Amino acid sequence: MSEPVVQIRNLTLALPAGADRPHAVEDLSLDLVPGKILCVVGESGSGKSMSAYALTGLLPRALRIAGGEIRFEGRDLLRLDERAWRELRGRRIAMIFQEPMTALNPVMRIGDQIAEMFEAHDLLTQKERRERAVALAREVGLPTPEQIVRSYPHQLSGGQRQRAMIAMALALEPAILVADEPTTALDVTTQAQILKLIRDLQQRRNMAVLFITHDFGVVADIADHVAVLQRGRLVESGPAEAVLRSPQAAYTRALLAAVPSLTPPPREPITAAPVALSVANLAKTYATRTGLFGKPRVVAAVREVGFDLRRGETLGLVGESGSGKSTTARLAIRLIEPDRGTVRLGSLDFTALGPTSLRDERRRIQMIFQDPFASLNPRRTVEQIIAGGPIAHGTPARQARARARELLDLVGLPPSAAERYPNAFSGGQRQRIGIARALAMEPDVLVADEAVSALDVSVQAQVLALLEDLKQRLGIAMLFITHDLRVAATICDRIAVMHRGEIVEMNRTEALFRAPEHPYTRSLLAAVPGALFAGTA
Amino acid sequence: MLAFALRRILVAVSVALTVSVASFVLLHLSGDIATAIAGPEAIGEQIAAIRAQHGLDRPLIVQYAAWAWRALHLDFGRSFYFPEHVTDLVAARMPVTLTLGVIALAVALLVAIPLGVLAAFHRDTWLDRAALAVSVLGQAMPSFWFGLTLILIFSVNLRWLPVSGNATWKHFVLPAVALGYYAMPAVMRLTRNGMLEVLSSDYVRTARAKGLAPRKILVRHALRNAVIPVIALAAVQFGFMLGGSIVIEAVFSLQGLGQLAWESIARNDFPVVQAIVLVLAMIYIALTLAADLLNALLDPRLRT
Repeated sequence: MSEPVVQIRNLTLALPAGADRPHAVEDLSLDLVPGKILCVVGESGSGKSMSAYALTGLLPRALRIAGGEIRFEGRDLLRLDERAWRELRGRRIAMIFQEPMTALNPVMRIGDQIAEMFEAHDLLTQKERRERAVALAREVGLPTPEQIVRSYPHQLSGGQRQRAMIAMALALEPAILVADEPTTALDVTTQAQILKLIRDLQQRRNMAVLFITHDFGVVADIADHVAVLQRGRLVESGPAEAVLRSPQAAYTRALLAAVPSLTPPPREPITAAPVALSVANLAKTYATRTGLFGKPRVVAAVREVGFDLRRGETLGLVGESGSGKSTTARLAIRLIEPDRGTVRLGSLDFTALGPTSLRDERRRIQMIFQDPFASLNPRRTVEQIIAGGPIAHGTPARQARARARELLDLVGLPPSAAERYPNAFSGGQRQRIGIARALAMEPDVLVADEAVSALDVSVQAQVLALLEDLKQRLGIAMLFITHDLRVAATICDRIAVMHRGEIVEMNRTEALFRAPEHPYTRSLLAAVPGALFAGTA
Repeated sequence: MLAFALRRILVAVSVALTVSVASFVLLHLSGDIATAIAGPEAIGEQIAAIRAQHGLDRPLIVQYAAWAWRALHLDFGRSFYFPEHVTDLVAARMPVTLTLGVIALAVALLVAIPLGVLAAFHRDTWLDRAALAVSVLGQAMPSFWFGLTLILIFSVNLRWLPVSGNATWKHFVLPAVALGYYAMPAVMRLTRNGMLEVLSSDYVRTARAKGLAPRKILVRHALRNAVIPVIALAAVQFGFMLGGSIVIEAVFSLQGLGQLAWESIARNDFPVVQAIVLVLAMIYIALTLAADLLNALLDPRLRT
């Protein structure tokens, strides 16, 4: 093994007073080796991003360096002044970020943003910079490089934007690439392409890569070495194979165990239970008018979607962004009105209801939202949030409040939670509150829209277990929207794969994973990161 | 971009048409014009004669068409009070108000934008608080009182600048400061908030990760994004300043459009009032159009 190019030794970063712990990162030692990818894995708040920012000198001001050193090319990076950092950043150490949309300046052309890399370090002439920008765009696989350098970020897809970010980062052939969750915001098929691109470029240029991720699937696909962080401390590190196959630390084992498997558990088909939700020929087309006199752009978000959902059954709607899965969910609960088609709740034609009866009947189909932070009103107590719906539907307040406490117990929260406000809870706890809120209405059908996507794996596993348990106990029908096939494999009885507004394949989970029929389903399954490691975990 | 500009211009033209109809109709709703021209002592026949002479007996739509056609050629008829044509009256007063407005806008922007940027950079320091204090003061002080205070200090006591009139550039300094200070706080706050948002944005972080110099980050990445909403606000403020300069013009005895409007309303000089309303409205429409086009130039996302 070659000499490490970066040696992080005993790095300690102090959090401001009043934080939940004294140090964001404590006594961290890592090596970066040319031509190798080191994945730093951890859950949110583990300090993994902060260690990346320390390596680029971009630490938030609130954090203080409390000890240690980062040796790189004969210098201690922690002692550099801002001028020396500017020399180094971009040129020797480059960085790519999680959100390719917001990480690019919206009012600057892609090519100019790539060329700016040379300008920042006073390299090349204007003309040469432009030529290099095109060459780099070509190298990272952007289509029609000559034209794409003239476009603005909003004209590119998420994957293309991330490619542009990578082109920028590679412009000056840095020795080190720091990647902070670069594929987290992307669809699986795009993610697979970007991971491959990073791997290829890194090998071709013999770069050392520090790759921050929370996703063990990604680790399995890309890492040479793995470092596992828990609350700012390194709990385990070693070659990727070894850590994934025989983890030593209990925490690593727990994390790996929490990763949903791609092998679905055996499930009895549900055929006898009555149909709770029946959707037929559902269609929704959006015409976005460009200005007052522009030609409308027509997008068929959902076309001819139909399925039956029985009591006690979970149907997964999976697909990539823009596939129409969320629109289908919104149509099903009539947050938006369909152009065509019917939604039936049992024998009731839900689509035919007028405003007043819709308000009454909506109780029967409830939604759990993706973002546990944005979907709860921060100014209302948990009890008010849970009891608010039933009270609005005429349940006596006392009774609704008592029921709220029972529900808190049901979702695994203490009764004392009732008096507190959402900001007192973690993401996983908030999602439990969201579930309790939905259950308070005693619905027949739950619609979970990416309900566990924002959660760390260990929390995600707990919430999935809770949903499974509730479904069994209460016999609720659940429509489960997710982009994550591992999650779908874990919780769904049946899965419908959506692509461009249509259901291209619908089957029992086990059969769908074993023998996918539609080519799109196959490509989705192939793109799931860490497919190989799934069998062993 | 061309398609966007054309569409936007079409919208501006339809707004202008609507405004012209509104200002024409409003005037006709405000009372019998012939009676007003004729004066309180006029008898019925005289009024009828005036009505015929001014074409006020024709159908409203015909009157509008004739009036609009003339207005298009900058002919607003004769003043009821002065012997001159309305166009000449307005044209004579226009430069004063425009000069005042432009200088006041320049004062407002030159103070507000740097102050907003500084306040954002030094968030929660004494500098930020001082900037806030200055802006609160601007919003709280009535402009006539501030104008009088300026006169007291700089004209009466220090004798640096003239008290009133519009003979030289010196005459415009105090009124422009008084008017500009009124428009400054909103611009300052919007700049500050915009900068705060932009400075913590991911793309500024990207720019830092490139090793770009702070000055370039500030101008190219931060200010350019932060200033986009400010442009729209500045256009609106400029419109307000032109229409609202009436108080300042009175305080400093500037013979501007505001003064003329005020006097003409008092004299029931309808053609003049109508012309001023229309001219100010057109300037306002032109300003918002210019701001929108400028914004589209700065922000490619708006060009669809």
